Amino acid sequence: MKMKTATPVDSSPPAKADLGPALSITRRGALLASTALFLAAPAAQAEILSGGSGLPWRPFAGDPPEEVKPGPWLFFTPQEAAAVEALVDRLIPADSETPGGKDCGCAVFIDRQLAGPYGNASGLYMSGPFLSPTPEQRTVEPGLQHGYTPAEVYRHSLAALDSHCRATYGGLSFAKLPDSTKDSVVSGLETGSLALENTDTAVFFALLLQNTREGFFADPIYGGNRDMAAWKMIGFPGAHYDYRDWVERHNERYPHPPVSIGGP
Amino acid sequence: MATKLPPVDVVTVGLGWTGSMVAESMTAAGLRVVSIERGPWRDTATDFPPSYSPDELRYAVRLDLFVRTAQAPITVRNNAHQTALPVRQWGAFLLPNGVGGAGVHWNAETWRFSSTDFVLKTHLTQRYGKNFLPEDMTLQDWGVTYDELEPHYDQFEYLCGTSGTAGNLRGEIQPFGNPFEGPRSRPYPTPAQKQPYGPVLWAEAAKELGYQPFPQPSGNLSQAYTNPDGVTIGPCTYCGFCERFGCGNYSKASPQTTILPSLMRRSNFEARTECEVTRINLDSKGSRATGVTYVDSQGREWEQPAEMVFLCAFQLFNVQLLLLSGIGQPYDPRAGKGVIGRNYSYQTTSFVHGFFDDKIFNTFIGSGAIGMCIDDYNADNFDHGPYGFVGGGYIGMVQTGARPIEVTPVPPGTPQWGSAWKEAVKDNYLSTIIPACHGSCYSYRDCYLDLDPTYKDRFGRPVLRMTFDFHKNELQMSQFLTDKLATIVHQMGAREVVKLPRTGPFSISLYQTTHTCGGAIMGTDPTTSALNRYLQSWDVHNLFVMGATAFPQNAGYNPTGTVAALTYWSLEAIHRQYLKSPGPLVHA
Repeated sequence: MKMKTATPVDSSPPAKADLGPALSITRRGALLASTALFLAAPAAQAEILSGGSGLPWRPFAGDPPEEVKPGPWLFFTPQEAAAVEALVDRLIPADSETPGGKDCGCAVFIDRQLAGPYGNASGLYMSGPFLSPTPEQRTVEPGLQHGYTPAEVYRHSLAALDSHCRATYGGLSFAKLPDSTKDSVVSGLETGSLALENTDTAVFFALLLQNTREGFFADPIYGGNRDMAAWKMIGFPGAHYDYRDWVERHNERYPHPPVSIGGP
Repeated sequence: MATKLPPVDVVTVGLGWTGSMVAESMTAAGLRVVSIERGPWRDTATDFPPSYSPDELRYAVRLDLFVRTAQAPITVRNNAHQTALPVRQWGAFLLPNGVGGAGVHWNAETWRFSSTDFVLKTHLTQRYGKNFLPEDMTLQDWGVTYDELEPHYDQFEYLCGTSGTAGNLRGEIQPFGNPFEGPRSRPYPTPAQKQPYGPVLWAEAAKELGYQPFPQPSGNLSQAYTNPDGVTIGPCTYCGFCERFGCGNYSKASPQTTILPSLMRRSNFEARTECEVTRINLDSKGSRATGVTYVDSQGREWEQPAEMVFLCAFQLFNVQLLLLSGIGQPYDPRAGKGVIGRNYSYQTTSFVHGFFDDKIFNTFIGSGAIGMCIDDYNADNFDHGPYGFVGGGYIGMVQTGARPIEVTPVPPGTPQWGSAWKEAVKDNYLSTIIPACHGSCYSYRDCYLDLDPTYKDRFGRPVLRMTFDFHKNELQMSQFLTDKLATIVHQMGAREVVKLPRTGPFSISLYQTTHTCGGAIMGTDPTTSALNRYLQSWDVHNLFVMGATAFPQNAGYNPTGTVAALTYWSLEAIHRQYLKSPGPLVHA
């Protein structure tokens, strides 16, 4: 890559912003005062960009994503992980098209998401009061309007699911149930016919389904869509980024395999 | 206690599209300009290079480029009987942040409003009679005409290199363009983009039904282009990662690709990023802005004195700042008095799913603005008499790129999970089209913005509250447009056509464009508008408010072209008159 001659941003760089204590969202508490919490860039600091020398440039200033690495669970306990692997395997079963959700990495995806800023509702407005929403005031991630981060929804709901299964199915956890029983449980969560103690199953199911699909179809660098199996199934070329030669080839199948941000 | 800085000539609150245009124009005149931007500096190489820009999860789903709701909360309710609740995560509208603002991640659909849109109240009353309009609809004329704005639309299109096919050249209707558009003085600077299969087939069907399809005007360019300031924009690659994404190819018109390279060469310009303006300061009489107060990312407060203040933040935040600064009389919906927050409007979109058995549409190919459209049912381009509603919208097969987390259409009745779901997703992904209707949204007495009584932002200040719902007029219009669209899709030979008209009430979680408008509208009467026809505050003559804040009601087109034209129109008056003799440009 050709490097441009560097132009410093400013001769007197501002002091690095104090990012404050590690973010901890309190569901019903006030927002922390630290303003740096809410800023988009990782090294958020007030910048003065003076005109006169052209566009500012710094080496290594980009913000590429961090690729998920295989390894131990970062968020789930072993029991939670077993349940989530079993759940994603029912939502996305193994068949002739793709491996199941588990082997596609959907549970790993969800684990890494919940362990990070998404799980913590980082950057989201989570000040109270948390009042009962009209259907139109429900949020995209449905737990948020009730004051629950995605991580809290999973932790709480998986525990309630586990209690329910053990009580109902002779001590068996969800993962140990036969597939047809698992499907009944999942349907029950979906329709609301299955009540879990102290749990909004509609919120849990909506979140789980959304995250499972995200894991299935997101770029593989996030831990799911292993080997781009989902993209291959539907014919989505991924991060190809250039279709100038194809836009006017009408009614023709695009033949090339998909590419990921992490490589082919 | 704010530290007072040395004065400058101009402060712009925000460095998005309008902030960049204002800063460029005023620095070109030799004035010292400071732009104070809440978000970060952004540029292509560091923030959206091709190596990691095509990341649907990060940008389209986790909304990485948008402002965090913790930093800029909004509360929403449908009507005054409800309690407004915070939008915890963006859904219906996605609010921008950072240098370039929404110009970084818009779709670059670059429309002009229709001639009648600017004199809407007069025109509709004349044609249909006063009683045809709903009693609580608060339509207003803009105080400016299409003909007055035409050179400024042209200026924006030539800044961007907009790709399109002219439909009306100086009064002469041209083939293959939009026959309903207002006259333009010259052709588009670059030809229309190429079209994929879906839009081409759709346009054929539309023609068979007697409509007049044309390519949507696009700020994602069909070919490389160098603008009058010497900035070069690249050709679009139809990558399908347009809306919500920055463009890694330098081929989407944005402040980054059209203005900032030349602006940043001027030593009389300075950008301060990660700094949030908290107040526009006024003199003791309240009739003159003395500058702004802002907070930097370390929480330090600064006062920046200036001779002129331009409010160039996103529309909703402009209104919030006016309210928090005590500028203009806040709107009281019960009394029907006041102007700040009045006439808030939005957009009425709807869709049709067309499922086919025998077509490969390759919907992953896209640019934010390619597509074939018809304007036959927009504005007052047709006789509304038999239908009982006013307004309309363009209808188009717009193909922005079907990314799979967001877009996996399946026929109704398909289960949401399991093997049947997988099969339906696979069978339909490449062979389904989702054309749209982009309908107008007029203003009503009970749709407005004000300050929330309960929820506070990170500075302890009241959050902006939105009270909005769709009215019968807009819902009827949406049904009408969607029905028309469905007939076109049937004509294409779809196996199954599913109509998805807009229905009420307005939901905060369903994405429906970020075309929030109004709240500090322009007009000719200070009792019903906040700004005069040059976007100058009636109350504070050295304050100008840019953006869709000025729209008295929203039309059936994407707003950015008109936002830009109004900005250039205002700047022309400022250079011609205001700078020579500061004061009110219009005497009411």
